[in-house]
Amino acid sequence: MGVGEVMCVRIRLNGKDVSLPDGMTVLDLVRHYELDGEPVAIERNGQIVDRQAFEGEVLQDGDVIEMVRFVGGG
Amino acid sequence: MEPFVIAGRSFNSRLMVGTGKYESLEVMREALDASGAEIVTVAVRRVNLDARETSILSYIDLQRYTLLPNTAGCHTAEEAVRTARLARAAGLSNWIKLEVIPDDGTLLPDPIATVEAAEILVKEGFVVLPYTTDDHVVARRLLEVGCAAVMPYGSAIGTGRGLEAVERIARIVDEIRGRVPVVVDAGIGAPSDAALAMETGADAVLVNTAIARASDPVVMARAMRLAVEAGYLARRAGRIPRSSVPSPSSPEAGVVGRS
Repeated sequence: MGVGEVMCVRIRLNGKDVSLPDGMTVLDLVRHYELDGEPVAIERNGQIVDRQAFEGEVLQDGDVIEMVRFVGGG
Repeated sequence: MEPFVIAGRSFNSRLMVGTGKYESLEVMREALDASGAEIVTVAVRRVNLDARETSILSYIDLQRYTLLPNTAGCHTAEEAVRTARLARAAGLSNWIKLEVIPDDGTLLPDPIATVEAAEILVKEGFVVLPYTTDDHVVARRLLEVGCAAVMPYGSAIGTGRGLEAVERIARIVDEIRGRVPVVVDAGIGAPSDAALAMETGADAVLVNTAIARASDPVVMARAMRLAVEAGYLARRAGRIPRSSVPSPSSPEAGVVGRS
Protein backbone atom coordinates (compact mmCIF):
# COMPACT_ATOMS: atom_id res chain seq x y z
CA MET A 1 0.00 0.00 0.00
CA GLY A 2 1.57 3.26 -1.11
CA VAL A 3 1.27 6.66 0.54
CA GLY A 4 -2.05 8.36 -0.29
CA GLU A 5 -3.82 5.18 -1.50
CA VAL A 6 -7.30 4.67 -0.08
CA MET A 7 -7.65 1.35 1.71
CA CYS A 8 -10.54 -0.64 0.40
CA VAL A 9 -12.09 -4.05 0.58
CA ARG A 10 -13.13 -6.02 -2.43
CA ILE A 11 -16.26 -8.04 -1.92
CA ARG A 12 -18.63 -9.95 -4.15
CA LEU A 13 -22.05 -8.45 -3.65
CA ASN A 14 -25.07 -9.99 -5.33
CA GLY A 15 -22.79 -11.61 -7.85
CA LYS A 16 -20.85 -8.45 -8.71
CA ASP A 17 -17.35 -7.42 -7.67
CA VAL A 18 -17.56 -4.26 -5.61
CA SER A 19 -14.87 -2.16 -3.97
CA LEU A 20 -15.79 -0.45 -0.74
CA PRO A 21 -13.94 1.66 1.82
CA ASP A 22 -12.17 -0.37 4.44
CA GLY A 23 -13.96 -0.61 7.73
CA MET A 24 -17.48 -0.63 6.29
CA THR A 25 -19.91 -2.67 8.28
CA VAL A 26 -22.91 -4.55 6.98
CA LEU A 27 -25.06 -1.74 8.34
CA ASP A 28 -22.99 0.78 6.38
CA LEU A 29 -23.57 -1.34 3.30
CA VAL A 30 -27.33 -1.34 3.81
CA ARG A 31 -27.27 2.42 4.29
CA HIS A 32 -25.03 2.93 1.27
CA TYR A 33 -27.72 1.36 -0.91
CA GLU A 34 -30.40 3.38 0.88
CA LEU A 35 -32.11 0.29 2.27
CA ASP A 36 -32.12 1.05 5.96
CA GLY A 37 -35.80 1.97 5.85
CA GLU A 38 -36.97 -1.39 4.60
CA PRO A 39 -36.72 -5.05 5.52
CA VAL A 40 -33.64 -6.64 4.01
CA ALA A 41 -31.75 -9.83 4.67
CA ILE A 42 -28.05 -10.41 4.37
CA GLU A 43 -26.07 -13.57 3.88
CA ARG A 44 -22.33 -13.32 4.38
CA ASN A 45 -20.16 -16.18 3.17
CA GLY A 46 -23.15 -18.48 3.25
CA GLN A 47 -24.35 -17.52 6.71
CA ILE A 48 -27.36 -15.37 7.53
CA VAL A 49 -26.35 -12.19 9.34
CA ASP A 50 -28.79 -11.34 12.13
CA ARG A 51 -30.17 -7.83 11.78
CA GLN A 52 -28.94 -6.95 15.24
CA ALA A 53 -25.46 -7.89 14.12
CA PHE A 54 -25.39 -5.61 11.03
CA GLU A 55 -23.62 -2.86 12.91
CA GLY A 56 -20.92 -5.08 14.32
CA GLU A 57 -19.94 -7.05 11.21
CA VAL A 58 -17.03 -5.42 9.42
CA LEU A 59 -16.68 -6.42 5.77
CA GLN A 60 -13.49 -8.25 4.86
CA ASP A 61 -11.65 -8.66 1.58
CA GLY A 62 -13.15 -11.56 -0.35
CA ASP A 63 -16.49 -11.58 1.46
CA VAL A 64 -19.36 -12.96 -0.60
CA ILE A 65 -22.52 -11.11 0.30
CA GLU A 66 -26.10 -11.68 -0.74
CA MET A 67 -28.40 -8.76 0.02
CA VAL A 68 -32.08 -9.40 -0.65
CA ARG A 69 -35.40 -7.66 -0.27
CA PHE A 70 -39.05 -8.44 -0.94
CA VAL A 71 -40.51 -7.84 -4.38
CA GLY A 72 -43.77 -8.68 -6.08
CA GLY A 73 -44.44 -12.35 -6.60
CA GLY A 74 -47.10 -15.04 -6.57
CA MET B 1 -68.14 -17.66 5.90
CA GLU B 2 -66.60 -19.44 8.82
CA PRO B 3 -63.16 -18.11 9.71
CA PHE B 4 -60.28 -19.54 7.72
CA VAL B 5 -57.82 -20.95 10.24
CA ILE B 6 -54.26 -21.57 9.14
CA ALA B 7 -51.28 -22.18 11.41
CA GLY B 8 -53.42 -21.30 14.39
CA ARG B 9 -54.37 -17.89 13.02
CA SER B 10 -57.85 -16.94 12.00
CA PHE B 11 -58.74 -15.02 8.85
CA ASN B 12 -61.99 -13.87 7.31
CA SER B 13 -60.92 -14.13 3.70
CA ARG B 14 -60.40 -17.38 1.82
CA LEU B 15 -58.79 -15.60 -1.11
CA MET B 16 -55.03 -15.22 -0.98
CA VAL B 17 -53.48 -12.97 -3.59
CA GLY B 18 -50.08 -12.62 -5.19
CA THR B 19 -48.31 -9.33 -5.77
CA GLY B 20 -46.51 -10.09 -9.03
CA LYS B 21 -47.18 -9.07 -12.63
CA TYR B 22 -49.23 -5.94 -11.98
CA GLU B 23 -48.83 -3.06 -14.39
CA SER B 24 -48.16 -0.75 -11.47
CA LEU B 25 -47.91 -0.81 -7.71
CA GLU B 26 -50.91 1.48 -7.52
CA VAL B 27 -53.05 -1.03 -9.42
CA MET B 28 -51.70 -3.81 -7.22
CA ARG B 29 -52.68 -1.93 -4.10
CA GLU B 30 -56.21 -1.31 -5.39
CA ALA B 31 -56.61 -4.90 -6.52
CA LEU B 32 -55.51 -6.23 -3.15
CA ASP B 33 -58.03 -3.96 -1.50
CA ALA B 34 -60.85 -5.07 -3.82
CA SER B 35 -59.98 -8.72 -3.29
CA GLY B 36 -60.53 -8.58 0.45
CA ALA B 37 -57.45 -10.74 0.79
CA GLU B 38 -55.62 -10.80 4.10
CA ILE B 39 -52.67 -12.97 3.09
CA VAL B 40 -50.48 -11.78 0.23
CA THR B 41 -47.40 -13.39 -1.25
CA VAL B 42 -44.11 -11.71 -2.10
CA ALA B 43 -40.89 -12.96 -3.63
CA VAL B 44 -37.33 -12.63 -2.32
CA ARG B 45 -34.75 -11.20 -4.71
CA ARG B 46 -31.32 -9.65 -4.77
CA VAL B 47 -31.34 -5.91 -4.32
CA ASN B 48 -30.66 -4.15 -7.59
CA LEU B 49 -27.30 -2.46 -7.07
CA ASP B 50 -27.55 -0.30 -10.18
CA ALA B 51 -30.84 1.45 -9.58
CA ARG B 52 -32.83 2.38 -6.53
CA GLU B 53 -36.18 0.63 -6.75
CA THR B 54 -39.34 1.46 -4.85
CA SER B 55 -40.02 -1.02 -2.12
CA ILE B 56 -43.16 -3.00 -2.78
CA LEU B 57 -43.78 -2.93 0.95
CA SER B 58 -44.55 0.77 0.75
CA TYR B 59 -47.68 -0.34 -1.15
CA ILE B 60 -48.63 -3.15 1.23
CA ASP B 61 -50.10 -2.12 4.57
CA LEU B 62 -48.57 -4.61 6.97
CA GLN B 63 -51.18 -3.76 9.59
CA ARG B 64 -53.79 -5.06 7.20
CA TYR B 65 -52.04 -7.85 5.32
CA THR B 66 -50.13 -10.90 6.46
CA LEU B 67 -47.05 -11.31 4.33
CA LEU B 68 -46.28 -14.72 2.89
CA PRO B 69 -42.80 -14.74 1.31
CA ASN B 70 -42.24 -17.38 -1.33
CA THR B 71 -39.27 -19.36 -2.63
CA ALA B 72 -40.18 -18.76 -6.26
CA GLY B 73 -37.27 -19.26 -8.63
CA CYS B 74 -35.67 -21.97 -6.53
CA HIS B 75 -34.83 -25.08 -8.51
CA THR B 76 -33.71 -27.29 -5.65
CA ALA B 77 -34.57 -27.98 -2.04
CA GLU B 78 -31.27 -26.44 -1.01
CA GLU B 79 -32.00 -23.18 -2.83
CA ALA B 80 -35.49 -23.07 -1.35
CA VAL B 81 -34.23 -23.61 2.19
CA ARG B 82 -31.62 -20.90 1.68
CA THR B 83 -34.18 -18.45 0.34
CA ALA B 84 -36.63 -19.24 3.12
CA ARG B 85 -33.96 -18.50 5.72
CA LEU B 86 -33.23 -15.18 4.07
CA ALA B 87 -36.92 -14.36 3.93
CA ARG B 88 -37.26 -14.99 7.64
CA ALA B 89 -34.11 -13.03 8.41
CA ALA B 90 -35.76 -9.90 6.99
CA GLY B 91 -37.73 -9.95 10.18
CA LEU B 92 -41.33 -9.81 9.07
CA SER B 93 -42.54 -13.38 8.97
CA ASN B 94 -41.64 -16.99 9.62
CA TRP B 95 -44.29 -18.08 7.14
CA ILE B 96 -43.02 -19.41 3.84
CA LYS B 97 -44.73 -20.42 0.65
CA LEU B 98 -42.42 -23.21 -0.38
CA GLU B 99 -41.87 -23.57 -4.10
CA VAL B 100 -39.30 -25.94 -5.56
CA ILE B 101 -39.60 -25.75 -9.32
CA PRO B 102 -36.75 -27.32 -11.28
CA ASP B 103 -37.89 -26.41 -14.81
CA ASP B 104 -38.64 -22.83 -15.73
CA GLY B 105 -40.36 -24.13 -18.86
CA THR B 106 -43.07 -26.10 -17.11
CA LEU B 107 -43.16 -24.28 -13.75
CA LEU B 108 -44.34 -27.52 -12.17
CA PRO B 109 -43.07 -28.38 -8.70
CA ASP B 110 -40.71 -31.19 -7.76
CA PRO B 111 -42.78 -33.01 -5.17
CA ILE B 112 -39.87 -34.98 -3.74
CA ALA B 113 -37.68 -31.94 -3.25
CA THR B 114 -40.68 -30.08 -1.84
CA VAL B 115 -41.23 -32.70 0.86
CA GLU B 116 -37.49 -32.71 1.67
CA ALA B 117 -37.34 -28.93 1.96
CA ALA B 118 -40.59 -28.81 3.93
CA GLU B 119 -39.26 -31.24 6.48
CA ILE B 120 -36.11 -29.17 7.01
CA LEU B 121 -38.01 -25.90 7.28
CA VAL B 122 -40.65 -27.23 9.67
CA LYS B 123 -37.85 -28.43 11.96
CA GLU B 124 -36.34 -24.93 11.81
CA GLY B 125 -39.60 -23.45 13.03
CA PHE B 126 -41.05 -22.13 9.79
CA VAL B 127 -44.76 -22.17 9.05
CA VAL B 128 -44.61 -24.00 5.73
CA LEU B 129 -47.26 -23.64 3.04
CA PRO B 130 -46.03 -25.88 0.22
CA TYR B 131 -46.95 -25.38 -3.41
CA THR B 132 -47.37 -28.90 -4.66
CA THR B 133 -48.75 -31.23 -7.31
CA ASP B 134 -52.30 -32.56 -7.27
CA ASP B 135 -51.12 -35.94 -6.01
CA HIS B 136 -52.86 -36.94 -2.81
CA VAL B 137 -49.95 -39.06 -1.61
CA VAL B 138 -47.61 -36.11 -1.87
CA ALA B 139 -50.18 -34.11 0.08
CA ARG B 140 -50.17 -36.83 2.73
CA ARG B 141 -46.37 -36.69 2.99
CA LEU B 142 -46.41 -32.91 3.30
CA LEU B 143 -48.90 -33.15 6.11
CA GLU B 144 -46.79 -35.85 7.78
CA VAL B 145 -43.70 -33.64 7.83
CA GLY B 146 -45.65 -30.88 9.51
CA CYS B 147 -46.77 -28.42 6.87
CA ALA B 148 -49.43 -25.91 7.88
CA ALA B 149 -51.39 -26.36 4.67
CA VAL B 150 -51.14 -28.11 1.34
CA MET B 151 -51.38 -26.01 -1.81
CA PRO B 152 -51.96 -28.12 -4.90
CA TYR B 153 -52.02 -26.50 -8.32
CA GLY B 154 -55.13 -26.30 -10.42
CA SER B 155 -52.85 -26.06 -13.46
CA ALA B 156 -49.40 -24.60 -14.11
CA ILE B 157 -48.58 -21.11 -12.88
CA GLY B 158 -49.77 -18.36 -15.18
CA THR B 159 -51.62 -20.63 -17.59
CA GLY B 160 -55.13 -19.70 -16.47
CA ARG B 161 -56.30 -23.19 -17.37
CA GLY B 162 -58.32 -23.66 -14.21
CA LEU B 163 -58.61 -27.00 -12.49
CA GLU B 164 -57.21 -29.54 -14.93
CA ALA B 165 -58.09 -32.47 -12.67
CA VAL B 166 -60.96 -31.63 -10.36
CA GLU B 167 -61.17 -35.18 -9.08
CA ARG B 168 -57.55 -35.05 -7.95
CA ILE B 169 -58.23 -31.93 -5.91
CA ALA B 170 -61.28 -33.70 -4.46
CA ARG B 171 -59.09 -36.67 -3.59
CA ILE B 172 -56.66 -34.38 -1.77
CA VAL B 173 -59.55 -32.85 0.17
CA ASP B 174 -60.63 -36.37 1.15
CA GLU B 175 -57.08 -37.37 2.05
CA ILE B 176 -56.41 -34.37 4.25
CA ARG B 177 -59.81 -34.56 5.99
CA GLY B 178 -59.61 -31.01 7.28
CA ARG B 179 -56.45 -31.53 9.33
CA VAL B 180 -54.81 -28.59 7.55
CA PRO B 181 -56.24 -26.23 4.94
CA VAL B 182 -56.16 -27.21 1.30
CA VAL B 183 -55.46 -24.15 -0.83
CA VAL B 184 -55.69 -24.40 -4.60
CA ASP B 185 -52.76 -22.34 -5.83
CA ALA B 186 -51.79 -21.72 -9.47
CA GLY B 187 -53.63 -21.88 -12.71
CA ILE B 188 -56.83 -20.15 -11.65
CA GLY B 189 -57.92 -18.23 -14.75
CA ALA B 190 -61.40 -16.98 -14.06
CA PRO B 191 -63.63 -16.59 -11.01
CA SER B 192 -65.52 -19.72 -12.08
CA ASP B 193 -62.29 -21.68 -11.50
CA ALA B 194 -62.00 -20.25 -8.01
CA ALA B 195 -65.62 -21.10 -7.30
CA LEU B 196 -65.10 -24.64 -8.57
CA ALA B 197 -62.09 -25.09 -6.30
CA MET B 198 -64.17 -24.04 -3.31
CA GLU B 199 -67.12 -26.22 -4.39
CA THR B 200 -64.68 -29.12 -4.61
CA GLY B 201 -63.83 -28.61 -0.97
CA ALA B 202 -60.74 -26.41 -1.01
CA ASP B 203 -60.50 -24.18 2.04
CA ALA B 204 -59.05 -21.25 0.11
CA VAL B 205 -57.50 -20.31 -3.20
CA LEU B 206 -54.43 -18.33 -4.13
CA VAL B 207 -54.63 -16.19 -7.25
CA ASN B 208 -52.06 -13.97 -8.89
CA THR B 209 -51.94 -13.89 -12.69
CA ALA B 210 -55.71 -14.11 -13.17
CA ILE B 211 -56.08 -10.84 -11.28
CA ALA B 212 -52.86 -9.02 -12.15
CA ARG B 213 -53.14 -9.66 -15.88
CA ALA B 214 -56.87 -9.24 -16.26
CA SER B 215 -57.91 -6.30 -18.39
CA ASP B 216 -59.26 -4.72 -15.21
CA PRO B 217 -57.44 -6.20 -12.23
CA VAL B 218 -59.46 -4.29 -9.65
CA VAL B 219 -62.80 -5.52 -10.95
CA MET B 220 -61.40 -9.03 -11.40
CA ALA B 221 -60.18 -9.00 -7.81
CA ARG B 222 -63.70 -8.24 -6.67
CA ALA B 223 -65.09 -10.98 -8.90
CA MET B 224 -62.65 -13.47 -7.41
CA ARG B 225 -63.72 -12.46 -3.94
CA LEU B 226 -67.37 -13.08 -4.80
CA ALA B 227 -66.54 -16.37 -6.51
CA VAL B 228 -64.69 -17.70 -3.48
CA GLU B 229 -67.65 -16.84 -1.30
CA ALA B 230 -70.11 -18.37 -3.76
CA GLY B 231 -68.11 -21.57 -4.00
CA TYR B 232 -67.75 -21.77 -0.24
CA LEU B 233 -71.47 -21.35 0.30
CA ALA B 234 -72.27 -23.82 -2.46
CA ARG B 235 -70.11 -26.44 -0.78
CA ARG B 236 -71.96 -25.93 2.46
CA ALA B 237 -75.30 -25.88 0.69
CA GLY B 238 -74.79 -29.30 -0.88
CA ARG B 239 -75.22 -29.28 -4.66
CA ILE B 240 -77.46 -31.68 -6.56
CA PRO B 241 -75.73 -34.61 -8.20
CA ARG B 242 -74.95 -34.70 -11.91
CA SER B 243 -77.58 -36.99 -13.36
CA SER B 244 -78.14 -38.58 -16.74
CA VAL B 245 -81.87 -38.71 -16.05
CA PRO B 246 -83.74 -35.48 -16.82
CA SER B 247 -86.59 -34.58 -14.47
CA PRO B 248 -89.02 -31.72 -15.02
CA SER B 249 -89.06 -28.77 -12.69
CA SER B 250 -92.74 -27.99 -13.35
CA PRO B 251 -95.67 -30.30 -12.44
CA GLU B 252 -96.60 -32.82 -15.05
CA ALA B 253 -100.33 -32.76 -14.29
CA GLY B 254 -102.79 -30.04 -15.32
CA VAL B 255 -101.26 -28.95 -18.60
CA VAL B 256 -103.89 -27.03 -20.62
CA GLY B 257 -105.47 -28.96 -23.50
CA ARG B 258 -104.12 -32.29 -22.38
CA SER B 259 -106.74 -35.14 -22.72
